[in-house]
This record gives sequence, C-alpha cells and structure tokens, in this order.
Amino acid sequence: MKKKRIDLGGYRVQMQEQSPEKRIKNFQSVPLGYSKEEVVKEAKRCIQCKGIPCELDCPINMKILEMIREIAIENFEKAFFIMKEDNPIPAITGRVCPQEAQCEGVCPLYQRGHGINIGKLEAFVADWARMKGIKEKFQIEEKQQKVAVIGSGPAGISCAVDLRKFGYQVTMFEALHKAGGVLQYGIPAFRLPTEIVDYEISYLDEIGVDIRLDFFVGQNIEFSELRNEYDSIFIGTGAGAPLFMKIPGENLKGVYSANEFLIRVNLMKAYKFLEFDTPIVCGETIGVIGAGNVAMDAARCALRLGVEKVYILYRRTKKEAPARDEEIQHALEEGVILKELISPNKFIGDHKGWLKEVELFKMELGDADASGRPRPVKIEGSEFVLKMGTIVEALGSMPNRLFLNKAPELDVNKWGQIKVDDNLMTQIPGVYAGGDAVRGNATVILALGDGRQAAASIHKQIKQAKAAT
Amino acid sequence: MNHIIVRKKNLSKENFLIEIKAPHVAERFQPGQFVIIRISETGERIPLTVADVNKAAKTITLIFQAVGRTTMELSTLNKGDPVLNCVGPLGNPSEIKKFGQVACVGGGTGIACIYPLVQALAKAGNEVTAIIGARNESMLILEKEMKAAATKTLIATDDGSKGHHGFVTEVLHKTIEAHKNSGGISRVITIGPIPMMKAAAEVTRPYKIPTIASLNTIMVDGTGMCGSCRAYIDGVMKLACIDGPEFDAHKVDFDDVLSRMEMFKVKEKQAVEHYQKISLEKE
Ligand SMILES: Cc1cc2nc3c(=O)[nH]c(=O)nc-3n(C[C@H](O)[C@H](O)[C@H](O)COP(=O)(O)OP(=O)(O)OC[C@H]3O[C@@H](n4cnc5c(N)ncnc54)[C@H](O)[C@@H]3O)c2cc1C
Ligand SMILES: Cc1cc2nc3c(=O)[nH]c(=O)nc-3n(C[C@H](O)[C@H](O)[C@H](O)COP(=O)(O)OP(=O)(O)OC[C@H]3O[C@@H](n4cnc5c(N)ncnc54)[C@H](O)[C@@H]3O)c2cc1C
Ligand code: SF4
Ligand code: FES
Repeated sequence: MKKKRIDLGGYRVQMQEQSPEKRIKNFQSVPLGYSKEEVVKEAKRCIQCKGIPCELDCPINMKILEMIREIAIENFEKAFFIMKEDNPIPAITGRVCPQEAQCEGVCPLYQRGHGINIGKLEAFVADWARMKGIKEKFQIEEKQQKVAVIGSGPAGISCAVDLRKFGYQVTMFEALHKAGGVLQYGIPAFRLPTEIVDYEISYLDEIGVDIRLDFFVGQNIEFSELRNEYDSIFIGTGAGAPLFMKIPGENLKGVYSANEFLIRVNLMKAYKFLEFDTPIVCGETIGVIGAGNVAMDAARCALRLGVEKVYILYRRTKKEAPARDEEIQHALEEGVILKELISPNKFIGDHKGWLKEVELFKMELGDADASGRPRPVKIEGSEFVLKMGTIVEALGSMPNRLFLNKAPELDVNKWGQIKVDDNLMTQIPGVYAGGDAVRGNATVILALGDGRQAAASIHKQIKQAKAAT
Repeated sequence: MNHIIVRKKNLSKENFLIEIKAPHVAERFQPGQFVIIRISETGERIPLTVADVNKAAKTITLIFQAVGRTTMELSTLNKGDPVLNCVGPLGNPSEIKKFGQVACVGGGTGIACIYPLVQALAKAGNEVTAIIGARNESMLILEKEMKAAATKTLIATDDGSKGHHGFVTEVLHKTIEAHKNSGGISRVITIGPIPMMKAAAEVTRPYKIPTIASLNTIMVDGTGMCGSCRAYIDGVMKLACIDGPEFDAHKVDFDDVLSRMEMFKVKEKQAVEHYQKISLEKE
C-alpha cells in the first residue's frame, strides 16, 4: 500500500518506547527519548509559522520557535537557555504538559496527525543540559527581604527560583519529607523519572533556597507567625486532599483514594517493597474510578505492581476522558481495560471486611453540562455487579482544609480555592497564592506560570514599599 | 534534618523509650499530639504519640512497642543514632481543663500515650484516676511516673501478676461506681488497643459519661492528604490525623477501625521476616 503523501513537514519522527510487555514490569520511563539525529530531524520539520501559534497557546508563552530553530542547527545549549528564560523546569513540563491541548494542538501540522513533537524536543534539550551539567548562570544581588514559599510543587518551585533571581531570601516550607509536590508524590516515575524531579530540587538548594521539609504551615508553625516574620508570602499548597464517593462500603479493606495509592507507590516506593518498608496490597482485579491523569497513573501503577486485570471505570466515554492523549494511549497499549458509561453505586465486602464486589449503574450521556461535556445520566434499574479486589477512587482532590482551617483569614470560594486578584494577591496584602490552591485540579504549567507571576508581583510590591520609605 | 537520639531505655521486653532532638516539636507540643517519623531513606512513615517533652533540651520522648518492621528497627537504635525525619506536632491537642474527677484508662503502650494527658489534667486541677493495664507485670510500663502524676493509680493485669486480675475496664467500672456518691466521674479518656477502647466506651455509655478515645488508625502523611486514616464517627467519615486523633468514644465505629488496621497484615509479616533475615546476615 502506498503511504498518503504529506507535503509540509512530513511525518513526525517516531519516539522509541519501551514495549508494553516489557514496561509493565518496571517503573522506568516509557519514552526512551530522541537521539541527537532524531531531534534535529524533528526540529527541521517546523515550517516556522507566521504568528507562531504554538507560542501563543503556551500558557507561559515559551519561545518555542526560537528553541526549535536552535535545535535544528544542533545548538542545544542556546536552545536550553532560550527555554530557561521562561520555564525553570522544561525537563518536567516537556514530559507532563497536555501538549495536544496547547502548543502541539494548534500546530498546523497537527491537523494531519503530525504536529511537531514540541514536548519531546523540550525534554531532549533539558536532559541534554542535565547530562552535560549545563545550568543557567545568573548573578544574585542579595537583598535582605525575606519571602516564605509554602509548598514545593511546580508553583512553589517556579516562584522560589524567580524570587532568588531577584535576590530575596527565600524559605520554602514543605509538609512531606521530600520536595516536589505532585511531581514527587503523584506522577509515577515511568512518566517522570524521580531523578529529574530530584535534580530540579537540588538546583533550588544550589541557588540558595532554604528548604524546610517536614513542615506543615498552620499545623507545625502558625500562619500568623510567617506573616510576622516574612516580608511576603506565596501560597502554593496545591489541592491535595482526596474526594471520596461517599457511597456504602467505602471503608472496606481494599478501597483506596488515588492519593493514598499513588503516595504509597511513588513517594514511599512501595513498588520496591522489602527494599523499601511501605507496603501496598492489591487484589487480582482492580478498578480505578475516573479517567483523568490521576486515574491513568493509578491504573498503570497497578499493572506494574503485577495486578492481572486493571479496569478504568468511567461514567462518560473515552472521548470525554480528561487525561492526556498519550496517557490514555499508553494505558490501553499496556492492557488497561476501559469500561465506559458506568458509575459505582456501592462496594460490597466479604465477612472479613475485604472488598469483594462493586455494584455499578449503567450510564448514558445527556445534554452538555457546565464543563461543555455531556452529562452522564444514571439508567434506572441497570445495576450490575463486578468482582473486584481493589478499588482506587480517582475523583479529583480539594485544597487541604487543615491549612485553610488554620489560616481562616484567607478568603476562599465554596470549593476551598483561595481567592486572588489579577496580581495573584489574596485579600491579605503581601500574601499571594497560585497553582492548584487557587485553581483546583489544574496543570503543572499553569501552576508554574502562577508561581512566576506571583514572584514578579512580590518583587514589584517590595520595590514600591522600599521606594515609599 | 536528622533527629539524634539523646537517650534510650528499654522499658520492658517489647517497650522502648527514645528521647530525640526535635526542637520545633518540643517548642509547640500540646498533650494529645503526635509526630510521624521515618528512620531512613527506605523507611516507612509511622505515627507515634509524644509521651513527654523537654523544652529546655529541645527534645521529645517517644515510647513504642516493637510490633513490626519499623518499630523493631527503631528499638535497635541507640544513643547518638539519628532518626531521619520527624514531622509534628500533628493532630489536635486534647481538651485540657478542669472537669472534676477524671479517669484515664491506658492499656499496653497506650499507657505512654495517656501519660501526658494525666499530667496535664492533674495540673489543671482535676482529680485523676489513672487505670493502667498490661498482659502481665513485666509488660507494665510507666507505673512509677503515673503514680507521681495521677491522684490515684490503679493497675490491672490479664494474668493477675500485678493489681486487679483481669481487664482495666473492670477497674473502670468499679471506679465509676465508687465515685458515684462523691460527685461522679465526669470524663473518661481511653487509649490503647481497639478492643479495650471499645469495651471502655461500653462501660461508660450507660452512665452517659463523656468518653474520649484516641484512634491509632494507619497513617501515611498525617496531614489530611491520603485518607488512609479515615474512620466513621457517628456514621460520618473523619480523618484521624486532622479531625482527631481523639473522638467521642460513644460515636466511633470501633469494629470498622479494627478491620481497617488489618489491611496490610500479609505484607507486614513479610516485612518482619525480611528484616529478621537481613539482621541475621548483618551479625
Ligand atoms: C497523579 C497526578 C497526575 C497528574 N498528571 C499531570 C500531568 O500529566 N500534566 C499536568 O500538567 N498536570 C498533572 N497533574 C496536575 C498537576 O500535578 C498539578 O496541577 C500541579 O502539581 C499543581 O502544582 P502546585 O504547585 O499548585 O501544587 P502541588 O504540586 O500539589 O504541590 C503542593 C505542595 O504543597 C505541600 N503543602 C500543602 N499544604 C502545605 C502546608 N500547609 N505547609 C507546607 N506544605 C504544604 C504539599 O505537600 C505539596 O507538596 C497531575 C496530578 C496528579 C495528582
Ligand atoms: C496517632 C497515633 C499514635 C500512635 N502512638 C503510638 C505510640 O506512642 N507508641 C506505639 O508503640 N505505637 C503508637 N501508634 C501505633 C504505631 O504507629 C504502630 O505500631 C506502628 O506504625 C507499627 O509499625 P511497624 O512497621 O513497626 O509495624 P507493622 O508490622 O507495619 O504494623 C503493625 C500494626 O501496626 C499498625 N500500623 C502499621 N503501619 C501503620 C502506620 N503507618 N500508621 C499507624 N499504624 C500502623 C497496623 O495495625 C499493623 O497491623 C500510634 C498510632 C497512631 C495512629
Ligand atoms: S506551530 Fe508547529 S510548525 Fe508552527 S512554528 Fe510552532 S512548532 Fe513550528
Ligand atoms: S494520614 Fe493521610 S489523611 Fe490522615
């Protein structure tokens, strides 16, 4: 058969990946990364659009075209510095951004299925720089003002980097024993290798961010104490508290929140159990409720823990699934079974309190809801039962009420999201917030953009305060 | 981040005391709160109640029973050794005020957890009856300390080797009856094995005495992020780490709590076997 001719740009350079059979036995990166030749070839396909749609659609307007031009002439170092001007963690965003909904999705070549693989170009350049030990160089002109950054996820990281560049004394508080937020405890190593996150965190150390681990602001130190001690505060506490279905049987052994499941596997390394002490138990079949990135991650972790049958139980259909395209595709290749148009009604246990079955409703799609997606509607009388040893609820998460209860002076909306103005300032002067703490379940790149914007606002405010005195 | 052990003591064959440097926790601790520690890079996060603090020395005292992989390893550490992580104080402080006549019922290692409450309640002007129990005399901990802190200390052992022959709950019942004509017991606090706390709640229920139990559900982060520690209180899901650890004992679904604590049993056994194997190899 003759291949259809593609004029402009040609075919996307295929990314080599671990085969599905092999990769479900390990937690190593699925994509193997472009080689030097491949990355140059991919970059050369760019048709250098007028108006540069990819950049316009990038939430942080990274200079994508300039980067691609440098890659095409093998000037990786230059490409790296161009990226770094806008993005402190390209090795991470290159791997986890929903590119199909942003830069790659608006690339004219994407219409024919061969958009420039911008994410993988980004990751290549960042990895290349890491391997060569090349880092962004800048002089820090030390200032005496102190800024506290609460939370070490992408919002906190990007805010801290910029604040240090401005010369402020930055203390970062993190509740867990490792920094990185979701990048560390949520997103599995086969998507985002742990050493990449650790590298970015060690960079914070190098540029002089004082990272205080094991420190939950509000619980271990009063929020008001921080307000007294620091000139400004950035809140990047994320939305890490799990939502539960609130249906009968939820407390049976074998029912996890996705957060618990992923924290055990990723942060605590339960997949290396015995070498690491934290356990996880799974039955022979596992059902993951939801179809976002979190659900895909949990399902793919379960396969790698050796679970035989892994189901995604979703109330809409694949078309409406909010996960990244690549995640859904990888999950299906690996053998995850997508069950559409169903929703759990109750969990049924055995006499020892272990989950045994799930009763589900069949669903149908109704009119569009507020999110623009068709609303799933229960079909009455359609209940049926599936045998299930383990359930992981990936329903989304909320800002942590522990922090909000201990900082009641912050204005929040009914979902517990912190309210901010156009400069990301909360109603308390000098206190800023961004990322999931403000947006709810959003993305790494939006959190990153917020962190940078907040740093700029803080800088401006401190400068003005100084000018006034 | 290391927390150096400055004192170590074997309290009984299975119970150990360590005092570690934790300036931040020492400074802010209030009775009823706990910490989560991790011994090493490969370690599990486990919650332990703060049994005592020394604000001047910036140390906290932890008392634990070696029941599994982590607590066994912890029991082999000595003065000068580090504990890698310690986050806290976590959980809500216990309500400490003048209630009148209070009974504090501690079983096993729960005696250590209830000790700071006995101290604080006595200091707040309560008449505190401490009722402590263990399987036998050799496993009974903190008897001397308890006697110094409480107004009165009563002991029960399962085998009768010390004090009342039987359960602490029987002693609790007698105590309540004995106080009936002198104003009555106005509050009971119980910490220990789930069956004991459940039984204590049943003892006080007919008397309608407000009763508090401290739940030792399985925890990971201890800050409301995972939901592992969830328990039903009056039919409503609560998180022991941030809503507790103390709850109204008359409203706790203890059977459910007990069931969930067995979730990782199979793996915990493997971990202990593995640990014993590698310990032997090291020797
Ligand atoms: C499993 C999973 C997969 C995902 N996959 C993707 C993906 O592929 N692509 C994508 O773009 N997005 C993805 N997301 C979403 C993305 O990770 C988040 O939008 C992003 O991490 C939010 O960043 P943040 O900095 O606001 O908060 P977080 O990353 O949540 O970090 C917040 C940090 O603050 C700490 N903290 C909270 N409260 C306190 C306190 N009071 N004191 C001290 N520390 C505190 C927390 O422990 C945490 O480490 C995923 C999310 C999950 C859970
Ligand atoms: C708020 C709180 C305070 C506690 N205070 C004390 C204390 O002061 N002294 C003390 O000896 N014990 C205390 N515990 C119990 C202690 O945390 C467990 O004994 C310990 O985690 C066991 O770990 P392991 O690896 O040694 O044993 P494992 O073999 O892992 O477990 C033995 C049993 O301990 C429980 N357990 C296991 N892992 C956890 C975990 N991560 N969190 C909670 N429970 C777990 C389970 O029921 C398990 O069956 C407390 C628990 C809680 C929740
Ligand atoms: S949209 Fe695609 S083709 Fe156009 S400049 Fe960006 S990467 Fe190149
Ligand atoms: S221990 Fe994770 S929510 Fe309580």
